[in-house]
Order: sequence, then C-alpha cells, then structure tokens
Amino acid sequence: MLRRARGHAQAARPRSASLMVIVLAAVSLASLIAASAATAARQARAAASTSFAAACGTKHVTLTGYFETGFPDVTELTSAFTKQYPNVKWQVREDPFATITQDAALTLGGPNPPDLMRLPTISSLVKDHLLKNLTPYYNLYHWNKFPASQLAQLRTSPSGVGVGSGPLYAMGLNYSLTGVFYNKALAAKIGMKSAPKTLAQLDALLAKAKAAGITPIEQFNGGATGGLLFPLQQLMADYGSAAQIDKWVFDKPGATINTPANVKATEHLQQWIKAGYFNSDANAVLYPQMMSNFEAGKALLIFDGDWESGNFDQHMPGKVGFFLMPPLKAGGPVAGMSAPLTYGIAANAPHAACTAYFLNWVATNPTARKINVKYGGSNPGGPTALKIPTVKPGSTTSQTLAAGGLVAKDNGDMGFIANANGSIYAEAWTPAVQKLFAGQTTPQGVLSSVQAAYKAAGS
Amino acid sequence: MSEEVMVTSRRELRAGRSTLRARRGVARGYAGWVFLAPAMVAYGMFVLWPLITSIRYSLYNWDGVSTPHWVGLHNYATVFSDSTLLSVIGHSFQLIIYFSLIPVTLGLIVAALMRRVVTGKLGTVARTVLFLPQVVPLVAAGIAWNWVLSSNGALNQILSAVGLGGITRAWLGDFTFALPAVGVIGVWVLLGFCTVLMLVGMSKIDPALYEASQLDGAGPIREFFSITVPGLRQEIGVCVTVTVIAALSAFDIVYISTSGGPGTQTMVPGLEIYQLAFYNREVGLASALAVVLMVLVLICVLPIQWFVNRGGRQ
Repeated sequence: MLRRARGHAQAARPRSASLMVIVLAAVSLASLIAASAATAARQARAAASTSFAAACGTKHVTLTGYFETGFPDVTELTSAFTKQYPNVKWQVREDPFATITQDAALTLGGPNPPDLMRLPTISSLVKDHLLKNLTPYYNLYHWNKFPASQLAQLRTSPSGVGVGSGPLYAMGLNYSLTGVFYNKALAAKIGMKSAPKTLAQLDALLAKAKAAGITPIEQFNGGATGGLLFPLQQLMADYGSAAQIDKWVFDKPGATINTPANVKATEHLQQWIKAGYFNSDANAVLYPQMMSNFEAGKALLIFDGDWESGNFDQHMPGKVGFFLMPPLKAGGPVAGMSAPLTYGIAANAPHAACTAYFLNWVATNPTARKINVKYGGSNPGGPTALKIPTVKPGSTTSQTLAAGGLVAKDNGDMGFIANANGSIYAEAWTPAVQKLFAGQTTPQGVLSSVQAAYKAAGS
Repeated sequence: MSEEVMVTSRRELRAGRSTLRARRGVARGYAGWVFLAPAMVAYGMFVLWPLITSIRYSLYNWDGVSTPHWVGLHNYATVFSDSTLLSVIGHSFQLIIYFSLIPVTLGLIVAALMRRVVTGKLGTVARTVLFLPQVVPLVAAGIAWNWVLSSNGALNQILSAVGLGGITRAWLGDFTFALPAVGVIGVWVLLGFCTVLMLVGMSKIDPALYEASQLDGAGPIREFFSITVPGLRQEIGVCVTVTVIAALSAFDIVYISTSGGPGTQTMVPGLEIYQLAFYNREVGLASALAVVLMVLVLICVLPIQWFVNRGGRQ
C-alpha cells in the first residue's frame, strides 16, 4: 500500500512536473504574445503618431546629411532644428551640385548612406531602389494638403519610368521660381518705368539698352553650363505652354521638344543672340561670373531664379527688381520654371522616420518657414492653408514671392527642361545652346539634337 | 689511402661550397622577390586589377549599381561608330601638337640657349620659373589661366594695349580658339619639364665634342644639330613619351578650363570617360572608351620607345 502510495506519488510527480511546464509555457507564451502585442501597438502608435518622440525618440540621434554647397537656408534650417530638438545633431557633408550628381548613386547605395541628401533627377535612383518611398510619411503627415503640383516633380513609378505621377520619393525643402531680375538704376536710365507686359515690350527694352551702350542680358553659358536654357524655356512657354513643356520633362508618351512652337521660341532666342543682346563672352562665362558682373552693374537684366532674392536683398538692397517673363499678348498666362530644392531619404537610411519628421517640420514649422524665405528667398511650400511668411515690402524677395502667386494662378509652374533625365543637360542641352550662341547650329538643329539624345536615353 | 681520403675530402669540400653557393643564390633570389613584393602588390592592386576590371566592365551594359547585362563587344562598336566619340579622340591627337611637339621643340631650343647664353644666377632663376608649372597644382593653374584668357583678362588687355583690340575675344569660349587655348596651357605646363630634362641631358654630353666642333669651325646651329640633338636622343624620347601620354590622357587642364566646351570643341577622351561613367552612368561604354584610349596610348608610345632604344643600341 505504502509502496503503491509511494509509487503513486512517484508516478504523480512527473505528471505534476509536466503540468507545471505546460502552465509555465502557456504563461510565457501568453506573456510573449501580450508583450508582442504591446510592442506592435506601441510601434503602430509611433507609426501613426506625428510627435517628435515617435519619430526621433528621446535619446541622442545624429542625422547625416549630404547637402549642396552654397545654400545657407539648409544650414540655417538644420541648426534651428537642433535648437528646437537638442537631442538631434547633424553631421553634414557638402559638395557642389555637379559632384553630388556624379556621386548620388554610389553614395546612396554605399555602406553608409546619408539620412538626407540633395538629389539630382530622381528617376534613375528610384529605378535602382536607392531612395525611400515617402508614401507612408505622405499619409502620416497629411502632405496631401500641400499643393499637388509642387510634389508632382518628386513622384515617379517604382521602376523610375516617367516623372509626375506614382509614389513620392523626395521632398522639396523649398520651391524656386525663375524669371527676370533687373538692375533698377540701369532700367531707369533707359526709361523703363514698369515691367514689360508683352514679349514685344521686352524686345523693345532690350533694343533700347543696346542702343544706350548697356549690355541688355548677362547670362552664363560657359564650360559645362547652358545658362541660355533659362531664357529659352521662358520663350518656349510663351510660344507654347507650360503644360506642353511639362509633358516632355515628365517623359509622357509621345512628348517631343521638337515642336513648331519651340522652334519659334528658339528662333526668337537666336534673334536676341544675333542682335547682340547677350554679353559677348557668354560661352566663356560661368554662373558666379554672371552674378558678379550683374551685381557690379554691368548689365540690365539676368534670367535667373528666386534663390538669389535673399542674396540681392542682402547685398543690393532696393536695387534689384524682378518680373516674370512677359507673355506674347498682354494679359496672357505667365509661366516660370518651378523646381523643388529636391531632398530625399536613402532607402537604407538609419533614421528615416526622424528625417521625414524634419522634412515635415521644414514645411510646417513657423520658424523653419521664416528661415526658408529669409535665406532661400523661395516659396517654403507646405499646406496651402499656411500663409507665406511676410518679408520687407519692396524687397526683391517680396517680388519673387508675389510672382509665385501669379504663376500658380495661371497654372504656369513647369519643370526645368534640363532635368528631363540625368544626362540631357550635359550631353545635349549645353553643347546645343553653346553652338547656337556661336552660330554653329540652327534653332531646328538644337531641338533635333536634344530630342535625339532624349530618345536615346529613354531607349 | 691517405691520398684517397684527401681527394674525397676535397671533392666534398667543393661539393659543399657549390651547395652553399647555390643556397646563397636561392636566398639572394628570394631576397630580391621580397624587396620587389611591395611594389608588385601595389602595381597589381592599383594598375593591373583596375585594368582587368575595366576590360570586364567594357563587355557589359551597366549603370554602376544595378545588375549588369552582357553585351559582348557592343560598347566597342559604339566607340568606333559614334561620330561624337570619334571626334573626341581626334581632339586628343590635336592636343599632341600643343602638349608634345611644341614643348619638346621649344624645350630643346630654350635649353640650348640657357646652356650657352643664360648662365649663372640668371640661369637658375630662369630654370626655376620654367619649372614652376610642374610644382603648381594644375587646378589652381587652370583657374588662373581662365582669368588670363577671359574676355577682360590679361591677354586681351595686353593685346588691346598694343593695338590688337580687334582680335580680342573670350578665348576659352570661342569655337575656333578654345582647343588651341587649352593647348597653350599645356605648353606652359610641360615646357619647364622638357627644358629641365634637356638641360640635364646636355650636362652629360662630353664638352670635348663641342670644343672639337668649334675647332672645326662649326657654328652654334651646326653644333646644335650635330652634337646636341643626337646626344639628347634618350631625353627627347622620354619627353616625347611623357608629353604624348599627357596629351592623349588629358583631363585636369580641360576639366578646369573648359569642361569640354564650348559645344564639344575641347572634349577629350579622359573627360568623356568621366562624364559617361558618372553623369550618364554608362559604365560599360566608359570602360570601353578607356580601354581604347589605353590601346591608342600604347600604339603611339611603343614605336617611340622602340625608335629611341634602337638608336641607343646603335
């Protein structure tokens, strides 16, 4: 009996041990499931939360950036971000845009990709899966409230074919606009009392300046740069439309640059060249030389973008005016190249969420928007409901910002023809407009050669 | 018996000596390889391996990031059928005039003049000034030349001052003169190198030859062609080789001064390779052009070397 009882006890012991193991396992599993559920819920909350802590955490974070040299607005923005969020520091490398263009793929695909990087055209980078798809952040931060036209240039298909639609792969730190800057003192000398209303009036002004011994237009077009594209694209928008140009820039099916309207525009540019309206050494002048010559009062006007507005307000306060390229007929639609200052997040960026938070902060935070306008001189983008920060009335920046409103009203925003693909500027446009300036090719020749290069790059 | 032992021990000694000598020879051979190894490793890593890699890349269509696709010799066919790429190769042959022919000829003349006329401290100063471009970084030199050749640069100011204002222009932006202007920068850079090399060569020519020729009544020109030029055969060979390579593989001077413009007037293979690889992301085509460029350099340089060496043996 005792033996039986002992045996029973002995037999009962393993059974109770098994039971204990099962209970413990069940408890552990339950705790694990509970813990996992809690983590998932926390992650879901973080993913759904737009708070700084959810994106960047509360511990020390170092964001890495690869930025373009010579843009004080970006430096000021990163500093202000660190000031507001002291646990975020920035480690930034800067290079000229040409270097960034050549390094982009290797840097983004390398072992230490930056969190945030200034980008050239995005399509080839997307094709190689080097950029993060920003759609989750678009949804999280409600970037659908931003002007859709501003973000269009930052969208492409996941295979990198075509620009203008598809997922969002980059954001603009601000959105620039091109037009015509003029020297007020020289304008007064030739009797220019207001901005020209038509292309014919602009032609007349240029002729007056030439007759008065003033260089009508100072433009860079030397080395590997094709600065004549600025006036050329404005003329193309006059003779055609911004929408037609965008079709070509965004690689829409059947789009061609070689249209009758663009031939007329290029012929108009050729007339300006033949009339001697440009600085005679344009084919040897680079951008910085153009700026220093214009700032030294050596020319009536330059075709350029609003990224120089802040510079003019600082170094030539009250002396530089701005007008949009006048249309063919008075009251016609106005247009301007409107390009985002494109920044993207590397596909393997270590702090993608925090970087996306920064991008949203740049577009929405009042301090950031003020910095963007003050140092960049450009439209800070962001929700349409947010007002653009006010600037000093009469300043060059105030004029370029006001012009942005006019262009938006006429749907005149257009992408830059130099950005249609990664090689079109260096391989086709630059040699073509340099040849046009030197009388080595015809307007038809310019457009044919560029279209051939465009087709070759797309094939 | 004792004689046999002696003979045997002598044989052994001889055999031992020869073994020792053989061992020493083997050790010396190994020591040579040990000393050679670092250079061989560096040469293999930084010259041979990139060369093999370039040849491999040239057979693919590759953007540098995604999966490459085998295209065989298609990239080479493009190099030899694309008129733009052929004209780019043509430009580098034009540059041989400026980078090689002019510096070597001028270097010979200047060195001969300096040896006879500009001696003492003045000679030292002249040598230093001429050699200075070899010391100045080419990027800085390129920027300085950009200023000199700009529309209101020093050259045009001098031309205007002497009444030649009518021919002034932005030299580096002119379709006709851009390549010669780049060539002038090349002359400036390479003249000093050639002159100094020729001067060193002249110092090795036996002075008795000059004395003898003077006694025979030879003038300076006869002396130059009959003694100086033949005596500098090796130095001329080195100068021509180095400068021809500099012309065919030019990059830095062109990149800084014109970036290949205006149009494609100053585009050279080195710059085109760079643009194809890093802007167009056509690594395969860029590699094919690089391989073609290497072969062209060898085709140009090997006959020069053969000619110089054959002359040396004669």
